[in-house]
Amino acid sequence: MPSAQLLLVGTSKGLIVFEKREAAWTIKDVHFVGMPVALIYEDERTQTWWAGIAHRHWGQKLHYSKDQGKSWQAVPTPKYPKDTFVYPNRAATLKKIWVMQHAGPDKPGGLWLGTEPGGLFYSDNHGQSFELVEALWNHPSRQDQNQWFGAGRDFPFIHSIVVDPRDSKHVYIAVSCAGVFETKDGGASWEPRNKGLIAAYLPNPAAEVGHDPHRMLLCPAEPDVIWQQNHCGIFRSTDAGLSWDNVTDSNGLADYGFALAVDEEDPKRAWVIPAISDEVRVAQDLALCVCVTEDGGLNWRALREGLPQNHSFDIVFRHSFCNTGRRLAFGSTTGNLFLSENNGHSWQCLSHNLPRIDSLIFTHS
Amino acid sequence: MQTIKCTGALRRFFPNLKDEAVKGSTVAEAIQQFESHYPGISDYLLDEQGALRKHVNIFVGGELIQDRVHLQDPLNESSEILIFQALSGG
Repeated sequence: MPSAQLLLVGTSKGLIVFEKREAAWTIKDVHFVGMPVALIYEDERTQTWWAGIAHRHWGQKLHYSKDQGKSWQAVPTPKYPKDTFVYPNRAATLKKIWVMQHAGPDKPGGLWLGTEPGGLFYSDNHGQSFELVEALWNHPSRQDQNQWFGAGRDFPFIHSIVVDPRDSKHVYIAVSCAGVFETKDGGASWEPRNKGLIAAYLPNPAAEVGHDPHRMLLCPAEPDVIWQQNHCGIFRSTDAGLSWDNVTDSNGLADYGFALAVDEEDPKRAWVIPAISDEVRVAQDLALCVCVTEDGGLNWRALREGLPQNHSFDIVFRHSFCNTGRRLAFGSTTGNLFLSENNGHSWQCLSHNLPRIDSLIFTHS
Repeated sequence: MQTIKCTGALRRFFPNLKDEAVKGSTVAEAIQQFESHYPGISDYLLDEQGALRKHVNIFVGGELIQDRVHLQDPLNESSEILIFQALSGG
């Protein structure tokens, strides 16, 4: 795969496209000026860009481009069917589109969408229409046992969708708050996969459902290795989600946070961007760092070169950190955008002047 | 016959938007007719269950409508229906 030369940055005021020309990254285009671009995604099978707009007045909208942003088309926004309820007497309506994930080559039109208030949608026609995945929506843990709830938002939301590269019917999703669920039959049935996680805010921290994964990703080269940055630490599974090991930094630095990046080849390497606890949410000592592990989470090391080490109030949200090859990038709530070409060992700032950054990706087109 | 007047903010998505004459006995019926003039516009105003979006306001005869869930506020023969976005910061 050729080295990515475009970085798409979804911000609270538009989609900003950075391009690498000669040695420098500069802004090439700005789309949707003034609109909150909460989701940016590329279906790399067809080089289709997707933008999810979270209008403050007009609801959630989905747009796609097949020509690298030269033109955009809208698709009908996914809809919760009539007579679906978040809880009794509260009709379900789409609050936010959080994440998109395409299926593999064995499901060429397959596209998943994770939303708030907790609905997973699927399209089998490249996103031209989406249907609610009823089996997950009707899962007893949500429908009958009331074990799904909002965290930082009014309602639960699906923010991570992981498709097994070996089999598109095998999918994991992560819900804040409920936890991880797995299907092996393309969404017809779902099982919780939260063994070993900790939910310190529940009466039973080892509850089967009710966990708060903040971000979940797998290692493409070894798909049975799955990582998650959780509200209660960092966890790693080496058995395809059947159990999770707590790999939180024993020195206390890499613990709480939102963002996660996983090496595409090495199942033992991952990066997180820590913050202090859930009450404070600033970098430790107001010094921004990325933490890396290269031994499966046994040890974590802080990477600080090029990052602000004084009075930094940058927080990095769950979809604002991405990687490809040795290149990483992240964007913060204070509009700072950083990029590394060497696995995070040193960083350059691409801009200090962006709006809040909610989502970013490297493209392969 | 009633008239619907819309905030100019929606012209970004519906460039040809202008005041429209409609005929209905409730706000819901008027919006339904408005949709036939501008396909897709009701998705901007209402959620998928038909309720008015939280940050959209509709005035009939200068008064905010009362039924934001089913839009059953009655219209008279010459009602003027104004559609605005709520004010917001940021």
